[in-house]
Amino acid sequence: MTPTYYLVLAAILFTIGAVGVLVRRNAIVVFMCVELMLNSVNLTLVTFSRINGTLDGQIIAFFVMVVAAAEVVVGLAIIMSIFRTRRSASIDDANLLKY
Amino acid sequence: MTEGALLAAEAVSTGEAVTFWIVGPVALAGALGMVFSRNAIHSALWLVLTMLGLGVFYFVQQAPFLGVVQIIVYTGAIMILFLFVLMLVGRESSDSVVETLRGQRQAAIVAGVAFAALVGAGIGRAVYDAPVVGLEEATADGGNVVAIARILFTDYLFAFELTSALLITAAVGAMVLAHVEKEPSERRTQKDLSTARYASSRPGTLTGPGVLATSNSLDTPAILADGQPAADSAATGIEMRELPPVPDHDTTPTKGTPR
Repeated sequence: MTPTYYLVLAAILFTIGAVGVLVRRNAIVVFMCVELMLNSVNLTLVTFSRINGTLDGQIIAFFVMVVAAAEVVVGLAIIMSIFRTRRSASIDDANLLKY
Repeated sequence: MTEGALLAAEAVSTGEAVTFWIVGPVALAGALGMVFSRNAIHSALWLVLTMLGLGVFYFVQQAPFLGVVQIIVYTGAIMILFLFVLMLVGRESSDSVVETLRGQRQAAIVAGVAFAALVGAGIGRAVYDAPVVGLEEATADGGNVVAIARILFTDYLFAFELTSALLITAAVGAMVLAHVEKEPSERRTQKDLSTARYASSRPGTLTGPGVLATSNSLDTPAILADGQPAADSAATGIEMRELPPVPDHDTTPTKGTPR
């Protein structure tokens, strides 16, 4: 095998995440699918870092993790506040920016 | 096989290949389980499996620092945060099966398979023969963590400092979004609650779960005099147990109760 296999696995994981975003209705599960997509991109970055022999890919993957952590904090807070007003975590119910 | 492919194949040891073929399907199964499990908590646990698998891949691919960060930050912090929110949201977190757009699921799956084939084949053809340089030279002086730190605090210093601003903004934003402003007068006192209860059609306490049922566990609804389960005795947040058929009270003697 070659490191290309990691790239193919990352592509498959990314696709599963994207399909999950399209298919699922629960906002939290949709969010988890987005996390899976970010993770698969991280795997791609780490693999390319190894193929190219420079550490920049790993640094960018590190930044992706930091941004993902911040994104999760804010996103889950938004989901919580939507749930508090609408009593639902379904993305179909969140069709208004106010109330 | 070309010379480049031979070089690339040499870069991967047999142990790494074995690891890949064991952990890769596990990570894939985790991702599929996350998408296809009905229960959101099961989805979160499947995703933890996938993230642990990716952490193993980072370790194998000469990125031990990222592997540790993946396990600590992603599976340790982010997924626990997800689970906390799921617990706060409660049983509402189960997914609805109603399709708002007809054929959307099938279309999404077809598009996903096509996308995976396109990207996978594209990447596979583009870089299959690429020679693998490896990180031995880049991390020769002090190892992976030292090398990452050296680049992070020189070339990427500005981005790193911006990260601190981002994290502070995110923390403040989460606090603002999750905080609920409440006047002290808005809070319902015990008197208000009592008045509301006596104004309702049912002033007495609700039946507890398990009363007169065959089990006294919390997931068993109480049984009414006609043998039907009482819906309002159900505890919120847990799945009610299916009751066995109610025995005829006239013929079966109740065990353990004095007559």
